[in-house]
Amino acid sequence: MLDYNKYLRQQKFPLIWCAGCGDGIVLKSMLRAIDKIGLSKDEICMVSGIGCSSRLTGYVDFNTLHTTHGRAIAFATGVKMAKPEMHVIVVTGDGDATAIGGNHYIHAARRNIDISVILFNNNIYGMTGGQVSPTTPIGSRASTAPFGNPENSFNISGLAEAAGASFVARGTVHDALILDKYIEKAIRKKGFSVVEVMTPCPTAYGRRNRIGDGVAMIKDLKEHSVSVRKASKMSEEELNDKVVTGILVDRERPEYTDNYNKLIERVKGSNS
Amino acid sequence: MKTDPKGVLTGEHYLDGDHACAEGALAAGCRFFAGYPITPSTEVAERFCSRIPLVGGIFIQMEDELGSMAAVVGASWSGKKSMTVTSGPGFSLMMENIGLAAMMETPCVVVNVQRGGPSTGLPTMVGQADMMQARWGSHGDYEIIALSPASPQESFDYTIFAFNFAEKYRVPVMVMMDECVGHMTEKVVIPPAGKIDVAYRTMTTLSPDKYLPYVPEKNLVPDMMPVGEGYNIHSTGLTHDERGYPVMSPDAQDKIVNRLVDKINKNADDIIMIEEEDTEDADIIVMAYGITSRVTMPAIFEARKKGLKVGFIKLITVWPFPEKRIKQLAKTAKAFVMPEINLGQVVLELERIVAGKTKVYHVPHAGGWVHDPADIYKAIEEAANGNKK
Repeated sequence: MLDYNKYLRQQKFPLIWCAGCGDGIVLKSMLRAIDKIGLSKDEICMVSGIGCSSRLTGYVDFNTLHTTHGRAIAFATGVKMAKPEMHVIVVTGDGDATAIGGNHYIHAARRNIDISVILFNNNIYGMTGGQVSPTTPIGSRASTAPFGNPENSFNISGLAEAAGASFVARGTVHDALILDKYIEKAIRKKGFSVVEVMTPCPTAYGRRNRIGDGVAMIKDLKEHSVSVRKASKMSEEELNDKVVTGILVDRERPEYTDNYNKLIERVKGSNS
Repeated sequence: MKTDPKGVLTGEHYLDGDHACAEGALAAGCRFFAGYPITPSTEVAERFCSRIPLVGGIFIQMEDELGSMAAVVGASWSGKKSMTVTSGPGFSLMMENIGLAAMMETPCVVVNVQRGGPSTGLPTMVGQADMMQARWGSHGDYEIIALSPASPQESFDYTIFAFNFAEKYRVPVMVMMDECVGHMTEKVVIPPAGKIDVAYRTMTTLSPDKYLPYVPEKNLVPDMMPVGEGYNIHSTGLTHDERGYPVMSPDAQDKIVNRLVDKINKNADDIIMIEEEDTEDADIIVMAYGITSRVTMPAIFEARKKGLKVGFIKLITVWPFPEKRIKQLAKTAKAFVMPEINLGQVVLELERIVAGKTKVYHVPHAGGWVHDPADIYKAIEEAANGNKK
């Protein structure tokens, strides 16, 4: 079994995450994927924004940068352009990446810059105490939607696909070992890749919406998950409360740092 | 340290302030630029992006100024000298990540070609009303360094100074240009690369197991180590300890915030640059920066012709403010006169330091155009007559 400790900054423990939080499951899945690829710790630069999931960068022994709310992908764009040989991984959440940071999310996908985004989707702002997020389902309760959320929610993976990402997958913490494969593929993929991970927040979401504790929420996730293959045979109505999991996009598109290097070569060539 | 000759366009040129700024950045060794178009600063980005591929660096037009500033901080942590260029509205959007750069102690340069504000204001016309924002626009306590060029030549020169300060003190440095200088075309002499002194952040010589990224050296600045060099550093915008790890305590806060402020203020003598002319025996001292320092000259000549003893101080660095020198001069001068293209910003600092020991006459201008030298002359005359203002 993998010795997780070699990737962890143990002096930073205990973690800030609540009992029943799914973020630790994603953390271990990420470490398994990284270990399987065989990347050295120094090849990885992990960048995060603000929120519960973004605190992950403090716990892992890579090059880690914990930045401002919503700006992790823009920050990572600077890191990747300046050091294209590094594997740049962004750790972010549904609020961080698709509300305050939504613009950077879609434009990084459009450029198809070689960054892997692990997006922890818990349908809520957990750290600030349970406010409505762009992925809070319509009708659900949040501290800022006490009578039920009147807004439609985002399809985060669909957004990345439409904006031009090379690789998009959605998984859940219930199927952690399948998640390893998605994360592994995302890191290996040359281009902008997103793994949207459905993860429970019992403290700020589960309690308020009477789903129960962490275990109950993971069971709930399992019951509501359907594979892409199954989903293709289901009606829109049937899919209404479902989480479609699997590899949603895996395609080849020109990648930005490559394009940029080609531009440099071309311009230098025409001037010599 | 001498600069990399690849980016240096040695020779005599006829350039506007914006283009000269781009050349200054290249000469200083800047190899990463992230920006977003905004008048009257866009020409800096246009010049930089047409030159940088030949030098082997990076230009990226980001989706907004929030992203531009974030990318600049990211690239600096990857070891590149990095900059962005903007004007008022974009400067406002950059404030969040300027604070991040200050907190993470990230070397970077932000150029603001100032236009009239507030809000969209006068996009194509001059202003100097972002001077306090440059100093304190992001939340919390921190100090930065700001310079203000008055000509295309100075735009070139001061941009190099800005990079050197940024690298030496690991701080965001602002080049507070203005629309007039940005769009004014004059002769710019670019020296040979061997005559251009540049600084690069001091890298740690400690091994990864001994290195703590936020232990300050004697000058209060910690040695740096970018990502990907075997040190697995962690840096955060949260209040942190010497390891760079978040610590939520008043003690940690007290330690870090005081050092962020002290590393600039206690090194002020090394940073501050001013030009003085006939100040020693002056009755009246005119102080100005940027384009206003040039507009002031006819007023000073006129006053001297009338027999008034007028001295002149031009601020090259506006922040930190030359407190020590002003305190000395406040003992001998009868009054200070300060024109600036705002309704009273840097003059507040002058008044604070003078502390009533001598009079201060402000010559405000709401922006859109430079002062009429006659208005500055009038203020000098009033100051000489001791009229209360």
